[in-house]
Amino acid sequence: MNKLKFAFYWGASCGGCEIAVLDINEKILEVITLADIVFWPVAMDVKYKEVEAMADNSIDVCFFNGAVRTDEQEHMAKLLRKKAKTLVAFGSCACDGCVIGLGNLWDKETIFERAYIETPSTKNPNAVYPKTSITTKEGKLTLPRFYDTVKTLGQTVDVDYFLSGCPPPVPLILQAVEAISKNELPPKGSILMPSKSVCDECPREKKDKKLDKLKRIYELQDDQESCFWDQGVICMGPATRAGCEAQCPKVNMPCTGCDGPSPGVVDQGAAIISALASIATNDEVINQAVDPIGTFYKYSLANSILRRRVIKK
Amino acid sequence: MQIVWTSTLHSYMPIFVSFLHPLQQSQFLFYCCLISLSSLHAGKALNRPILRFQSSSWVRTVSRTGKSRGPEEPRIGVFICHCGSNIADIVDVKEVVDFASKFPNVVFAVDERYVCSEPGQALIRENIRKHKLNRVIVASCSPRMHETTFRKALEAEGLNPFLLEITNLREQCSWVHMHEPRKATQKAKVLVASAIAKATLLEPLTPMKFSVTPAALVIGGGIAGIQASLDLANIGFKVHLVEKTPSIGGHMAQLDKTFPTLDCSACILTPKMVDVSRHPNITLWSYSEVESISGFIGNFKATIVEKARYINKSLCTGCGTCASKCPVKTIPNEFDLGLGTRSVAYIPFPQAVPLIYTIDKENCLYFTKGVCRVCEKTCPFKAVDFNQQDKKVEIEVGTIVIATGYDLFDANRKPEYGYKQYKNVLTNLEFERLISAAGPTGGQLVRPSDGRAPKKIAFVQCIGSRDILTNPYCSRVCCMASVKQAHQAKEKYPDAKVFVFYIDLRTFGKGYEEFLWRVQEEGVNLVRGKVAEIYRKPKDENLTVLFEDTLLGQTREMDFDMVILAAGLEPRVDAQQIQKALKLSMSPDSFFLEAHPKLRPVETHIAGVYLCGCAQGPKDIPDVVAQASAAASQASIPLIQGEVVSEPTIAYVDKELCCSCKICESVCVYDAIEADETDEEKRAKVNEALCVGCGSCAAACPARAITMYGFTKEQISKQLAALLTEPT
Repeated sequence: MNKLKFAFYWGASCGGCEIAVLDINEKILEVITLADIVFWPVAMDVKYKEVEAMADNSIDVCFFNGAVRTDEQEHMAKLLRKKAKTLVAFGSCACDGCVIGLGNLWDKETIFERAYIETPSTKNPNAVYPKTSITTKEGKLTLPRFYDTVKTLGQTVDVDYFLSGCPPPVPLILQAVEAISKNELPPKGSILMPSKSVCDECPREKKDKKLDKLKRIYELQDDQESCFWDQGVICMGPATRAGCEAQCPKVNMPCTGCDGPSPGVVDQGAAIISALASIATNDEVINQAVDPIGTFYKYSLANSILRRRVIKK
Repeated sequence: MQIVWTSTLHSYMPIFVSFLHPLQQSQFLFYCCLISLSSLHAGKALNRPILRFQSSSWVRTVSRTGKSRGPEEPRIGVFICHCGSNIADIVDVKEVVDFASKFPNVVFAVDERYVCSEPGQALIRENIRKHKLNRVIVASCSPRMHETTFRKALEAEGLNPFLLEITNLREQCSWVHMHEPRKATQKAKVLVASAIAKATLLEPLTPMKFSVTPAALVIGGGIAGIQASLDLANIGFKVHLVEKTPSIGGHMAQLDKTFPTLDCSACILTPKMVDVSRHPNITLWSYSEVESISGFIGNFKATIVEKARYINKSLCTGCGTCASKCPVKTIPNEFDLGLGTRSVAYIPFPQAVPLIYTIDKENCLYFTKGVCRVCEKTCPFKAVDFNQQDKKVEIEVGTIVIATGYDLFDANRKPEYGYKQYKNVLTNLEFERLISAAGPTGGQLVRPSDGRAPKKIAFVQCIGSRDILTNPYCSRVCCMASVKQAHQAKEKYPDAKVFVFYIDLRTFGKGYEEFLWRVQEEGVNLVRGKVAEIYRKPKDENLTVLFEDTLLGQTREMDFDMVILAAGLEPRVDAQQIQKALKLSMSPDSFFLEAHPKLRPVETHIAGVYLCGCAQGPKDIPDVVAQASAAASQASIPLIQGEVVSEPTIAYVDKELCCSCKICESVCVYDAIEADETDEEKRAKVNEALCVGCGSCAAACPARAITMYGFTKEQISKQLAALLTEPT
């Protein structure tokens, strides 16, 4: 049997998706028997130029995690698209932009200002910012160009499959690998996750909902049985795709929406906002929603209808 | 650098809209919220497929609409109406026609002077045939005007009537941009483009039909309820008339004479009351209340609680032995407003219908002290039954008429007039009881303080009415009531001095103004000015009235023996129970709100529920009777038709997408959507008969599992995309 060729790459991400791959534990050995990993920057020293040298479509499956925020990531996304037969957007950043995508509330200038000048731990009296290239006596050094806007992988290149989650749940990763090995992948464009909402997997009991006061999680005496909404806490569950087996609600934390929009939903934040507004009994409830973008669009801003704050220079 | 949000408005709009009452939300506005879930942006623009689905090996496949779209290619006809000069004077209709004809699926576009006219409708029909149109767009006035007209034109040509799309070039374009013809024309094009976008996705819809229980429920046994019941019963339908008190008759039974004809109120009312009691089609539930109502037009279920009278209604003959033997005879009689007394076993008034006695449990010696039982022992028919319990009865009806009447304004809320503090200050209604031959004084008009005949009487108008501190509205009947009572006072005591203090005298009915002239000629003094305060003279209980005579421009005081306050009419305190049970709307004055103030005056927003009498607003007897007959007539229509057809533009739940969160159930004010108890996963289910298509659930559904037929997400997305595209 010809061994498959897998590649893993990380764009703008925290590294958690890489850990998720390792979280399949001993099953990684099966992956290795199934496929050769030809490129995996986090674990293997394979240079970009070696990837460039590969024949087009020579990689069977590339799992791409992370969003696209620099020209390096964009280059790699395009390169891997060319080299891979199947490109999987792996994890919330690649699928929906995730927390990285919240950078779209600002632009490069404001982010640099914050990161390299304003933060209390930074001492930068000469106001030095990262440059894309600098000539030293050893030669020319370059850094990737930082974009104003974070894009998802799907906004950058054509993506074959999506597997969201922050990080993707291990059983779903295994299921995906199994499908690849048996050549049983669904039609292109599919999301390799259940067509349900988190609520469908959540054991909490749902009742009639009328909200007269919103609570933040630290204010809640959780009864551990009833729906968070019924206890006055915002839960992204109904608008979020299942697959995580409601891990968070099961351990008394409301869903924050990392699996991306549920099957019928396009804009996850808007769906929850209109639900909240519909069941709120007074205007105050809306004002009690602290950090609306961070609550409703935590994982999906870059891939929502909003996408970003408009830059007017 | 300036950073602003652009698309925020769209996404946050649902918040603001959702705070409105569903009835206040126009359907379109509501669905604009759904832009947030439009597939439009996230699809092509973001280079990511929207219909992300799984093969069966992963999970179950998603079915998006549950309906097939139909194989045919849309062939759209666009008819642009001039509306005489209303649209065409502002909008360049020829330019809009040219613009519309360029769209790929538009096979025919034309303008017409009046599309709603016979020739206009013929034009639609002719072109449906000629061009094999399968979608029709009429760009004219609001769909509220002529949607039905145009739907019928489609139907006549064998097209499904819901393949019609109306775009409003009048109210939403030419009228509001009267001075900007260029911009109006551009906007008209955008509106037509958006209609075309939606029309390509229109699907045939089928109205649903429900059978009708051939019976009606009338709530309230005053003159309104009596008239409505008799009319419905005479048409041939079974009527359940529910009256809260022991007898029907309502406020009209308390009146002595009616204005302006001076008919004896009881004389004209009691024959109707007797008709009610004898009518084979009417079941009279007196001393009963409606506890709950569920269901929908044609199929209402009501629970009636018949309160225990402690007298067996089938045995009681109304002989009155119980009342005459009852040792407690000093209970203030409610019917006489406490001016007279009654026994614990009582009928409210001699002509009561049904003529069945009632034992007032609260004051009965047996119930309070466990002794007496004289009535039980003396009743010749053994009708007294102290063990009687409240009885619940469930009835089924097709339509409901609300005739719950009014409460008299409590004049204590205007303490400056001394009502209940000074013995000789009375209300108009108390005056009626005093002067009534059947009243506590046997028709003697005397002062409650000393039983003397009054020599000087004042009538003070607008107590609690036309007053921003209490009720801003005019109670409509009090001017004529006071003028009539002034006449009656003069009739009893021709030498008495009678004054009416008024803000405006509103004598607008047939024969009313003539009556006012007559009363003035009889020597009644009319003083234009509002009374500020009334003082009592302790030694003789006479009253000093402080008022401003606005015609003389003077503040004056005048002494009277007796003052009659024209207390206004207010909504019933318990009207809200019915409002909640039936989800009716109230107008700002808290009377029940009619569906349209001009054209649907007796209908409500809830199909199958009708209004009449003072429950809808203050009115005099002729108006009440006319409205009651109108309500009966309206209420009989579905009963005669035998089935009701409901609009198919209602909510639909995609069970595959529903996550059973119950948010829809929480927002539906019509109780039209709830967890399906027969479904293991308790997914939401729409009651198609109750759903009015308001769209609250679709906007609220966080899983976006709810589609509104006729306003699908895809249709609205396309429509919005067109609205946001600059026309060429």
